[in-house]
Amino acid sequence: MKRVRVIPVLLMTSSGLVKSKKFKDYKYVRIFNDKQVDELAIIDITASKEKRTPDLKRISEIAQEAFMPLAYGGGITSLQQAKEIMYNGIEKIILNKSAVANPVLIEEIAGQFGSQSVVISVDVKKNLFGKYGVYIDNGTRRIDIDVFDYVRKCEDHGAGEVLLTAIENDGTYSGYDLDIIRKITSCVSIPVIANGGASGIADFKIAILDGGASAVSAGSMFVFQRPHNAVLISYPSVEQLETRLYNQLP
Amino acid sequence: MIVILDYGVGNIVSIRNMLKKVGVESLVSSDPKEVKKAEKLILPGVGHFDYCMSQIRRAPYFEELSYQVLENKKPILGVCAGCQMLFDRSEEGKEAGLGWISGEVIEFDRNLMPANLKVPHMGWTDVYPKANTPLFAGIEKPRFYFVHSFYVRCGNPDTITSESEYGFRFTASVQKGNIYGVQFHPEKSHQFGMKLYKNFAELG
Repeated sequence: MKRVRVIPVLLMTSSGLVKSKKFKDYKYVRIFNDKQVDELAIIDITASKEKRTPDLKRISEIAQEAFMPLAYGGGITSLQQAKEIMYNGIEKIILNKSAVANPVLIEEIAGQFGSQSVVISVDVKKNLFGKYGVYIDNGTRRIDIDVFDYVRKCEDHGAGEVLLTAIENDGTYSGYDLDIIRKITSCVSIPVIANGGASGIADFKIAILDGGASAVSAGSMFVFQRPHNAVLISYPSVEQLETRLYNQLP
Repeated sequence: MIVILDYGVGNIVSIRNMLKKVGVESLVSSDPKEVKKAEKLILPGVGHFDYCMSQIRRAPYFEELSYQVLENKKPILGVCAGCQMLFDRSEEGKEAGLGWISGEVIEFDRNLMPANLKVPHMGWTDVYPKANTPLFAGIEKPRFYFVHSFYVRCGNPDTITSESEYGFRFTASVQKGNIYGVQFHPEKSHQFGMKLYKNFAELG
């Protein structure tokens, strides 16, 4: 049976995990561990903007609670920082702004730890004319590069994966943006992780079969905001994934 | 006490975190005295074969390690690149391997695989153990997290303890006497990995 990775993406800021007041607590990472998720991505979305460096103490605490592959991103600008993060129990470094500003960093990290340890997070949004643009700083700043040239360049520099987020679909439960997934998966040969808009296993299946994605991820689908700041964490069971996803793949 | 061999390579912290979680005492060390005293050893490994091999040969405990494994028959578990290092050679590089298990390390042949399968093989994959393999005892429907572009081809098929499939069947774990190796990452494989490390710790 072919198992594709289903990856929750957790967003955090300096004061904790984002979603609601009660979700800030890092004990929620343990719940994802208890649910035996395939892999977990944690992104500090304001680190770059606020010029904060990665919080190693917090990273180490997370790694001690999580016995699955972990990817971490946010505010990483040097090989030294990447090393410290890896030495604290994380195996993948997620680069967003730094991949744009200093693509050599991709080479440096891949050179030391292998390509599989570098994930490029690409946030995209369509303009009025249907052209996709690349955004940094948590989707607030558009940069003037062609998205296809950019991902190919990242691959050439040694990136191992692309985490592709369609900003406008994110949090909407409206399904992935298949158009951009198809376009990106056909222009690079490294795995592409589809992100933004998933509401269920059916969306995962489409992203893989129609989009050509190698893995799928979601945020809101796994972390429901309930009334009165209550939070519900859900992740499909192995049986659900087997019958409704893996067994449907060629 | 299990000593995790420190030679400046590999995801040592993750292994230590998981051993701690399952209540197994461990120590990360590069001290020959600790290697000598250890009940069991773990050889982690991530990265290029040549880099791993040149680092381990340069480690202060290298002679002691060979003695403990080959003469004293101390149980050792190689993980990922640490498993590949147990063999004679690798297509990834020029350095000789440890040569403790006969065979070689070869690259996934893309010509034998469907186009949609990427290399490296990365993700969770079912593992099929042979009967009576102590490391897999009590693990139901084992599946583990893999990240690798190369896999081992045993000179002697009797040393294969489990297989997995990615485009085709390949060897996922090996054992020759006191020498064990797993291609996957038990420390990143939830309860499957916990049980495997526990099994290793409890080997007689």
